Amino acid sequence: MKSRKAELLVGLFVVLTIAAGLILALKVANQSISSSADTYTLYAKFDNIGGLKARSAVKVGGVTVGRVDSITLDNEDFTPIVAMSISKEFQKFPETSSVAILTSGLLGEQYIGFQPGFAIDGIENLVDGNYIQDTKSALVLEDLIGQFLFGNND
Amino acid sequence: MNWLANIGASTIERVVMFGRATLMLFGALVAKPQPLKMLPLTIKQLYVVGVQSLLIIVVSGLFIGMVMALQGYTILVGYGAEGSLGPMVALSLLRELGPVVTALLFAGRAGSALTAEIGLMKATEQLSSLEMMAVDPLRRVIAPRLWAGVISMPMLAIIFSAVGIIGGHLVGVDWLGVDEGSYWSIMQATVEWDKDVMNGVIKSIVFAFVITWIATFKGYDSIPTSEGISKATTETVVFSSLAVLGLDFILTALMFGIE
Repeated sequence: MKSRKAELLVGLFVVLTIAAGLILALKVANQSISSSADTYTLYAKFDNIGGLKARSAVKVGGVTVGRVDSITLDNEDFTPIVAMSISKEFQKFPETSSVAILTSGLLGEQYIGFQPGFAIDGIENLVDGNYIQDTKSALVLEDLIGQFLFGNND
Repeated sequence: MNWLANIGASTIERVVMFGRATLMLFGALVAKPQPLKMLPLTIKQLYVVGVQSLLIIVVSGLFIGMVMALQGYTILVGYGAEGSLGPMVALSLLRELGPVVTALLFAGRAGSALTAEIGLMKATEQLSSLEMMAVDPLRRVIAPRLWAGVISMPMLAIIFSAVGIIGGHLVGVDWLGVDEGSYWSIMQATVEWDKDVMNGVIKSIVFAFVITWIATFKGYDSIPTSEGISKATTETVVFSSLAVLGLDFILTALMFGIE
Protein backbone atom coordinates (compact mmCIF):
# COMPACT_ATOMS: atom_id res chain seq x y z
CA MET A 1 0.00 0.00 0.00
CA LYS A 2 2.90 2.31 0.74
CA SER A 3 4.21 2.19 -2.81
CA ARG A 4 0.67 2.65 -4.19
CA LYS A 5 0.44 5.92 -2.26
CA ALA A 6 3.84 6.99 -3.58
CA GLU A 7 2.74 6.23 -7.13
CA LEU A 8 -0.44 8.23 -6.66
CA LEU A 9 1.43 11.23 -5.34
CA VAL A 10 4.03 11.06 -8.11
CA GLY A 11 1.13 10.99 -10.56
CA LEU A 12 -0.27 14.10 -8.90
CA PHE A 13 3.16 15.71 -9.17
CA VAL A 14 3.27 15.01 -12.91
CA VAL A 15 -0.26 16.38 -13.42
CA LEU A 16 0.66 19.50 -11.46
CA THR A 17 3.73 20.01 -13.64
CA ILE A 18 1.71 19.65 -16.82
CA ALA A 19 -0.82 22.15 -15.48
CA ALA A 20 1.97 24.61 -14.65
CA GLY A 21 3.52 24.07 -18.08
CA LEU A 22 0.15 24.72 -19.72
CA ILE A 23 -0.22 27.95 -17.73
CA LEU A 24 3.20 29.03 -18.95
CA ALA A 25 2.44 28.05 -22.54
CA LEU A 26 -1.06 29.44 -22.94
CA LYS A 27 -1.36 32.20 -20.39
CA VAL A 28 2.21 33.52 -20.21
CA ALA A 29 3.92 32.86 -23.52
CA ASN A 30 0.70 32.80 -25.62
CA GLN A 31 1.74 30.29 -28.23
CA SER A 32 -0.27 31.35 -31.23
CA ILE A 33 1.32 33.38 -34.02
CA SER A 34 4.72 31.75 -33.99
CA SER A 35 5.13 28.79 -36.27
CA SER A 36 6.66 29.82 -39.57
CA ALA A 37 4.41 27.50 -41.57
CA ASP A 38 1.37 29.75 -41.65
CA THR A 39 3.01 33.09 -42.37
CA TYR A 40 4.24 34.87 -45.47
CA THR A 41 6.96 37.47 -45.80
CA LEU A 42 6.72 41.06 -46.98
CA TYR A 43 9.61 43.50 -47.25
CA ALA A 44 9.85 47.24 -46.78
CA LYS A 45 12.69 49.74 -47.11
CA PHE A 46 12.94 52.55 -44.62
CA ASP A 47 15.30 55.51 -44.42
CA ASN A 48 15.59 55.13 -40.67
CA ILE A 49 14.18 52.38 -38.51
CA GLY A 50 14.80 54.09 -35.16
CA GLY A 51 14.49 51.56 -32.35
CA LEU A 52 12.69 48.83 -34.29
CA LYS A 53 13.88 45.33 -33.45
CA ALA A 54 13.34 41.82 -34.70
CA ARG A 55 10.14 40.37 -33.13
CA SER A 56 8.52 43.83 -32.99
CA ALA A 57 4.82 43.74 -33.78
CA VAL A 58 3.21 44.58 -37.13
CA LYS A 59 -0.21 46.08 -36.49
CA VAL A 60 -3.20 47.00 -38.60
CA GLY A 61 -5.31 49.48 -36.69
CA GLY A 62 -3.85 48.22 -33.43
CA VAL A 63 -4.40 44.52 -34.16
CA THR A 64 -1.22 42.46 -34.35
CA VAL A 65 -1.09 40.64 -37.69
CA GLY A 66 2.58 39.63 -37.70
CA ARG A 67 6.07 40.26 -36.47
CA VAL A 68 9.30 41.72 -37.76
CA ASP A 69 11.37 38.79 -38.95
CA SER A 70 14.76 40.37 -39.58
CA ILE A 71 16.36 43.73 -40.24
CA THR A 72 19.22 43.95 -42.72
CA LEU A 73 21.05 46.70 -44.56
CA ASP A 74 20.88 46.91 -48.36
CA ASN A 75 24.46 46.86 -49.61
CA GLU A 76 23.65 48.93 -52.72
CA ASP A 77 21.97 52.03 -51.36
CA PHE A 78 22.59 51.55 -47.63
CA THR A 79 18.99 51.63 -46.50
CA PRO A 80 17.59 49.18 -43.95
CA ILE A 81 15.37 46.39 -45.26
CA VAL A 82 12.77 45.10 -42.83
CA ALA A 83 11.36 41.61 -43.42
CA MET A 84 7.94 41.07 -41.86
CA SER A 85 6.25 37.71 -41.45
CA ILE A 86 2.50 38.21 -41.67
CA SER A 87 -0.01 35.59 -40.61
CA LYS A 88 -1.70 33.82 -43.54
CA GLU A 89 -5.06 34.70 -42.00
CA PHE A 90 -4.59 38.22 -43.38
CA GLN A 91 -3.78 37.92 -47.08
CA LYS A 92 -5.73 40.44 -49.08
CA PHE A 93 -3.69 43.57 -48.54
CA PRO A 94 -3.63 45.68 -51.74
CA GLU A 95 -0.37 46.81 -53.32
CA THR A 96 -1.11 50.41 -52.38
CA SER A 97 -0.74 49.64 -48.66
CA SER A 98 1.72 51.69 -46.67
CA VAL A 99 3.78 51.01 -43.56
CA ALA A 100 5.11 53.41 -40.91
CA ILE A 101 7.24 52.93 -37.84
CA LEU A 102 5.23 54.10 -34.84
CA THR A 103 5.77 54.23 -31.11
CA SER A 104 3.27 52.93 -28.58
CA GLY A 105 2.98 55.65 -25.97
CA LEU A 106 5.65 58.22 -25.22
CA LEU A 107 8.32 55.79 -24.04
CA GLY A 108 6.87 52.55 -25.37
CA GLU A 109 8.43 50.17 -27.81
CA GLN A 110 8.30 50.74 -31.56
CA TYR A 111 6.15 48.75 -33.92
CA ILE A 112 5.18 48.80 -37.57
CA GLY A 113 1.84 50.38 -38.34
CA PHE A 114 0.41 48.78 -41.46
CA GLN A 115 -2.11 50.91 -43.35
CA PRO A 116 -4.00 48.89 -45.95
CA GLY A 117 -4.55 50.81 -49.18
CA PHE A 118 -7.67 51.01 -51.31
CA ALA A 119 -8.51 48.01 -53.42
CA ILE A 120 -9.41 49.44 -56.80
CA ASP A 121 -9.62 47.46 -60.04
CA GLY A 122 -6.22 46.77 -61.51
CA ILE A 123 -4.48 46.89 -58.13
CA GLU A 124 -3.13 43.51 -57.13
CA ASN A 125 -2.79 42.06 -53.66
CA LEU A 126 0.56 41.78 -51.88
CA VAL A 127 2.00 38.27 -52.02
CA ASP A 128 4.95 36.52 -50.43
CA GLY A 129 8.25 38.31 -51.15
CA ASN A 130 6.74 41.64 -52.31
CA TYR A 131 8.23 44.99 -51.35
CA ILE A 132 5.92 47.62 -49.91
CA GLN A 133 6.75 50.88 -51.69
CA ASP A 134 5.07 53.47 -49.52
CA THR A 135 7.01 53.65 -46.23
CA LYS A 136 7.36 56.24 -43.51
CA SER A 137 10.45 56.22 -41.31
CA ALA A 138 10.66 56.36 -37.56
CA LEU A 139 10.49 59.75 -35.90
CA VAL A 140 13.86 60.41 -34.32
CA LEU A 141 13.40 62.62 -31.29
CA GLU A 142 16.76 64.36 -31.68
CA ASP A 143 15.91 65.45 -35.24
CA LEU A 144 12.59 66.84 -34.06
CA ILE A 145 14.24 68.80 -31.26
CA GLY A 146 16.86 70.06 -33.71
CA GLN A 147 14.19 71.28 -36.13
CA PHE A 148 12.34 72.97 -33.29
CA LEU A 149 15.44 74.67 -31.84
CA PHE A 150 16.82 75.97 -35.11
CA GLY A 151 13.46 77.04 -36.46
CA ASN A 152 13.67 75.02 -39.63
CA ASN A 153 10.29 76.08 -41.00
CA ASP A 154 10.22 74.31 -44.32
CA MET B 1 59.43 23.70 -1.99
CA ASN B 2 56.87 22.34 0.44
CA TRP B 3 54.12 24.70 -0.66
CA LEU B 4 54.66 23.73 -4.27
CA ALA B 5 54.24 20.08 -3.36
CA ASN B 6 51.08 21.00 -1.44
CA ILE B 7 49.58 22.69 -4.48
CA GLY B 8 50.45 19.65 -6.57
CA ALA B 9 49.01 17.24 -4.04
CA SER B 10 45.72 19.09 -3.72
CA THR B 11 45.41 19.39 -7.51
CA ILE B 12 46.01 15.68 -7.97
CA GLU B 13 43.50 14.94 -5.22
CA ARG B 14 40.86 17.05 -6.95
CA VAL B 15 41.48 15.48 -10.34
CA VAL B 16 41.34 12.00 -8.82
CA MET B 17 38.09 12.88 -7.05
CA PHE B 18 36.60 14.14 -10.31
CA GLY B 19 37.69 10.90 -11.95
CA ARG B 20 36.00 8.85 -9.22
CA ALA B 21 32.85 10.94 -9.63
CA THR B 22 32.83 10.34 -13.39
CA LEU B 23 33.41 6.62 -12.89
CA MET B 24 30.49 6.50 -10.48
CA LEU B 25 28.29 8.31 -13.00
CA PHE B 26 29.21 5.88 -15.76
CA GLY B 27 28.75 2.87 -13.51
CA ALA B 28 25.30 4.11 -12.57
CA LEU B 29 24.01 5.24 -15.95
CA VAL B 30 25.83 3.31 -18.67
CA ALA B 31 24.47 -0.20 -18.54
CA LYS B 32 21.86 -2.43 -20.09
CA PRO B 33 18.50 -0.76 -19.41
CA GLN B 34 16.25 -2.74 -17.08
CA PRO B 35 13.01 -0.76 -17.05
CA LEU B 36 11.05 -3.36 -15.10
CA LYS B 37 13.46 -3.23 -12.19
CA MET B 38 14.35 0.43 -12.42
CA LEU B 39 10.92 1.99 -12.86
CA PRO B 40 9.46 1.17 -9.41
CA LEU B 41 12.69 2.25 -7.72
CA THR B 42 12.76 5.51 -9.68
CA ILE B 43 9.11 6.23 -8.91
CA LYS B 44 9.77 5.71 -5.22
CA GLN B 45 12.68 8.16 -5.44
CA LEU B 46 10.56 10.61 -7.44
CA TYR B 47 8.21 10.58 -4.47
CA VAL B 48 11.01 11.17 -1.97
CA VAL B 49 12.94 13.73 -4.01
CA GLY B 50 10.19 15.44 -5.97
CA VAL B 51 6.85 15.21 -4.21
CA GLN B 52 8.26 15.88 -0.77
CA SER B 53 9.99 19.04 -2.06
CA LEU B 54 6.72 20.31 -3.52
CA LEU B 55 5.53 22.22 -0.46
CA ILE B 56 8.66 24.32 0.02
CA ILE B 57 8.82 25.04 -3.73
CA VAL B 58 5.20 26.15 -3.96
CA VAL B 59 5.37 28.31 -0.83
CA SER B 60 8.62 30.03 -1.79
CA GLY B 61 7.45 30.48 -5.39
CA LEU B 62 4.27 32.16 -4.21
CA PHE B 63 6.08 34.48 -1.83
CA ILE B 64 8.86 35.38 -4.26
CA GLY B 65 6.28 36.26 -6.90
CA MET B 66 4.35 38.35 -4.39
CA VAL B 67 7.42 40.20 -3.15
CA MET B 68 8.61 40.88 -6.70
CA ALA B 69 5.24 42.33 -7.64
CA LEU B 70 5.32 44.56 -4.55
CA GLN B 71 8.87 45.76 -5.15
CA GLY B 72 8.42 46.17 -8.89
CA TYR B 73 5.17 48.08 -8.44
CA THR B 74 6.71 50.72 -6.17
CA ILE B 75 9.45 51.37 -8.75
CA LEU B 76 7.36 51.11 -11.94
CA VAL B 77 4.49 53.27 -10.65
CA GLY B 78 6.90 56.22 -10.51
CA TYR B 79 7.20 56.05 -14.29
CA GLY B 80 3.54 55.33 -14.83
CA ALA B 81 4.63 51.99 -16.25
CA GLU B 82 2.95 49.66 -13.77
CA GLY B 83 1.44 47.82 -16.74
CA SER B 84 4.90 46.34 -17.29
CA LEU B 85 4.67 44.54 -13.95
CA GLY B 86 3.51 41.35 -15.66
CA PRO B 87 6.50 40.91 -18.00
CA MET B 88 8.89 41.96 -15.23
CA VAL B 89 7.64 39.28 -12.85
CA ALA B 90 7.30 36.64 -15.59
CA LEU B 91 10.67 37.20 -17.23
CA SER B 92 12.68 37.31 -14.02
CA LEU B 93 10.93 34.16 -12.80
CA LEU B 94 11.23 32.21 -16.03
CA ARG B 95 14.77 33.19 -16.90
CA GLU B 96 16.51 33.39 -13.54
CA LEU B 97 14.65 32.95 -10.29
CA GLY B 98 12.68 29.86 -11.26
CA PRO B 99 15.66 27.67 -12.15
CA VAL B 100 18.14 29.18 -9.67
CA VAL B 101 16.04 29.45 -6.52
CA THR B 102 14.52 26.03 -7.18
CA ALA B 103 18.02 24.62 -7.57
CA LEU B 104 19.23 26.18 -4.33
CA LEU B 105 16.17 24.98 -2.42
CA PHE B 106 16.47 21.58 -4.06
CA ALA B 107 20.12 21.30 -3.01
CA GLY B 108 19.19 22.09 0.56
CA ARG B 109 16.02 20.02 0.73
CA ALA B 110 16.72 16.97 -1.44
CA GLY B 111 20.46 17.01 -2.13
CA SER B 112 21.48 16.97 1.51
CA ALA B 113 19.00 14.18 2.23
CA LEU B 114 20.39 12.10 -0.65
CA THR B 115 23.96 12.50 0.61
CA ALA B 116 23.05 11.66 4.19
CA GLU B 117 21.01 8.61 3.16
CA ILE B 118 23.68 7.15 0.88
CA GLY B 119 26.44 8.03 3.36
CA LEU B 120 24.60 6.22 6.15
CA MET B 121 24.03 3.23 3.87
CA LYS B 122 27.79 3.15 3.37
CA ALA B 123 28.57 3.60 7.06
CA THR B 124 26.21 0.79 8.07
CA GLU B 125 27.72 -1.36 5.30
CA GLN B 126 24.44 -1.75 3.43
CA LEU B 127 26.23 -0.96 0.17
CA SER B 128 28.80 -3.68 0.86
CA SER B 129 26.01 -6.12 1.72
CA LEU B 130 24.38 -5.40 -1.64
CA GLU B 131 27.66 -6.16 -3.34
CA MET B 132 27.93 -9.40 -1.35
CA MET B 133 24.57 -10.40 -2.79
CA ALA B 134 25.85 -9.63 -6.29
CA VAL B 135 23.64 -6.54 -6.60
CA ASP B 136 25.44 -3.55 -8.02
CA PRO B 137 24.81 -0.68 -5.56
CA LEU B 138 25.49 1.85 -8.31
CA ARG B 139 22.60 0.45 -10.34
CA ARG B 140 20.34 -0.33 -7.43
CA VAL B 141 20.88 2.70 -5.18
CA ILE B 142 22.57 5.52 -7.10
CA ALA B 143 20.94 5.31 -10.55
CA PRO B 144 17.28 5.70 -9.44
CA ARG B 145 18.21 8.67 -7.28
CA LEU B 146 20.10 10.32 -10.14
CA TRP B 147 17.21 9.85 -12.54
CA ALA B 148 14.67 11.00 -9.98
CA GLY B 149 16.64 14.19 -9.35
CA VAL B 150 17.16 15.00 -13.01
CA ILE B 151 13.48 14.40 -13.79
CA SER B 152 11.90 16.10 -10.81
CA MET B 153 13.87 19.34 -10.55
CA PRO B 154 12.83 20.81 -13.91
CA MET B 155 9.26 19.91 -12.99
CA LEU B 156 9.65 21.74 -9.70
CA ALA B 157 11.13 24.76 -11.52
CA ILE B 158 8.15 24.93 -13.90
CA ILE B 159 5.75 24.77 -10.95
CA PHE B 160 7.80 27.43 -9.14
CA SER B 161 7.58 29.87 -12.06
CA ALA B 162 3.86 29.31 -12.62
CA VAL B 163 3.05 29.72 -8.93
CA GLY B 164 5.28 32.83 -8.76
CA ILE B 165 3.42 34.46 -11.67
CA ILE B 166 0.13 33.70 -9.94
CA GLY B 167 1.57 35.22 -6.74
CA GLY B 168 2.55 38.33 -8.68
CA HIS B 169 -1.01 38.50 -10.02
CA LEU B 170 -2.34 38.17 -6.48
CA VAL B 171 -0.40 41.17 -5.21
CA GLY B 172 -0.16 43.27 -8.39
CA VAL B 173 -3.69 42.93 -9.72
CA ASP B 174 -5.86 41.90 -6.80
CA TRP B 175 -4.24 44.06 -4.17
CA LEU B 176 -2.41 46.99 -5.81
CA GLY B 177 -4.87 47.42 -8.67
CA VAL B 178 -2.74 46.96 -11.78
CA ASP B 179 -5.04 46.42 -14.75
CA GLU B 180 -5.58 42.69 -15.16
CA GLY B 181 -5.69 42.90 -18.97
CA SER B 182 -2.35 44.64 -19.24
CA TYR B 183 -0.76 42.30 -16.68
CA TRP B 184 -1.48 39.29 -18.91
CA SER B 185 -1.39 40.86 -22.38
CA ILE B 186 1.95 42.68 -22.08
CA MET B 187 3.34 39.51 -20.50
CA GLN B 188 2.11 37.48 -23.46
CA ALA B 189 3.55 39.98 -25.92
CA THR B 190 6.96 39.89 -24.23
CA VAL B 191 7.51 36.30 -23.12
CA GLU B 192 8.62 33.93 -25.85
CA TRP B 193 8.12 30.20 -25.51
CA ASP B 194 11.40 28.94 -26.90
CA LYS B 195 13.62 31.79 -25.79
CA ASP B 196 12.38 32.38 -22.27
CA VAL B 197 10.46 29.33 -21.08
CA MET B 198 12.56 26.67 -22.79
CA ASN B 199 15.89 28.25 -21.85
CA GLY B 200 14.75 28.28 -18.24
CA VAL B 201 13.88 24.59 -18.49
CA ILE B 202 17.27 23.80 -20.06
CA LYS B 203 18.96 25.67 -17.23
CA SER B 204 17.08 23.70 -14.60
CA ILE B 205 17.92 20.38 -16.31
CA VAL B 206 21.63 21.29 -16.15
CA PHE B 207 21.32 22.35 -12.51
CA ALA B 208 19.40 19.18 -11.63
CA PHE B 209 22.07 17.00 -13.17
CA VAL B 210 24.89 18.81 -11.36
CA ILE B 211 23.14 18.83 -7.98
CA THR B 212 22.12 15.18 -7.97
CA TRP B 213 25.52 14.15 -9.27
CA ILE B 214 27.29 16.05 -6.48
CA ALA B 215 24.81 14.80 -3.87
CA THR B 216 25.00 11.12 -4.79
CA PHE B 217 28.76 11.20 -5.26
CA LYS B 218 29.39 12.94 -1.94
CA GLY B 219 27.30 10.30 -0.20
CA TYR B 220 28.89 7.42 -2.08
CA ASP B 221 32.38 8.79 -1.53
CA SER B 222 31.92 9.89 2.11
CA ILE B 223 34.12 8.67 4.94
CA PRO B 224 31.86 6.13 6.66
CA THR B 225 31.78 7.77 10.07
CA SER B 226 29.26 10.12 11.63
CA GLU B 227 31.72 12.96 11.18
CA GLY B 228 32.38 12.04 7.57
CA ILE B 229 28.66 11.99 6.76
CA SER B 230 28.10 15.38 8.33
CA LYS B 231 31.05 16.77 6.34
CA ALA B 232 29.76 15.21 3.11
CA THR B 233 26.28 16.66 3.67
CA THR B 234 27.68 20.14 4.24
CA GLU B 235 29.88 19.86 1.19
CA THR B 236 26.91 18.80 -0.94
CA VAL B 237 24.96 21.93 -0.09
CA VAL B 238 27.97 24.27 -0.41
CA PHE B 239 29.38 22.77 -3.61
CA SER B 240 26.09 22.43 -5.42
CA SER B 241 24.99 25.97 -4.49
CA LEU B 242 28.28 27.38 -5.77
CA ALA B 243 28.13 25.23 -8.90
CA VAL B 244 24.57 26.41 -9.59
CA LEU B 245 25.46 30.07 -9.23
CA GLY B 246 28.58 29.77 -11.37
CA LEU B 247 26.88 27.70 -14.07
CA ASP B 248 23.95 30.09 -14.07
CA PHE B 249 26.21 32.95 -15.08
CA ILE B 250 27.78 30.92 -17.89
CA LEU B 251 24.43 29.65 -19.17
CA THR B 252 22.87 33.12 -19.00
CA ALA B 253 25.80 34.59 -20.93
CA LEU B 254 25.41 31.88 -23.57
CA MET B 255 21.61 32.13 -23.82
CA PHE B 256 20.79 35.80 -23.35
CA GLY B 257 24.18 37.46 -23.79
CA ILE B 258 25.25 38.74 -27.16
CA GLU B 259 23.00 38.10 -30.12
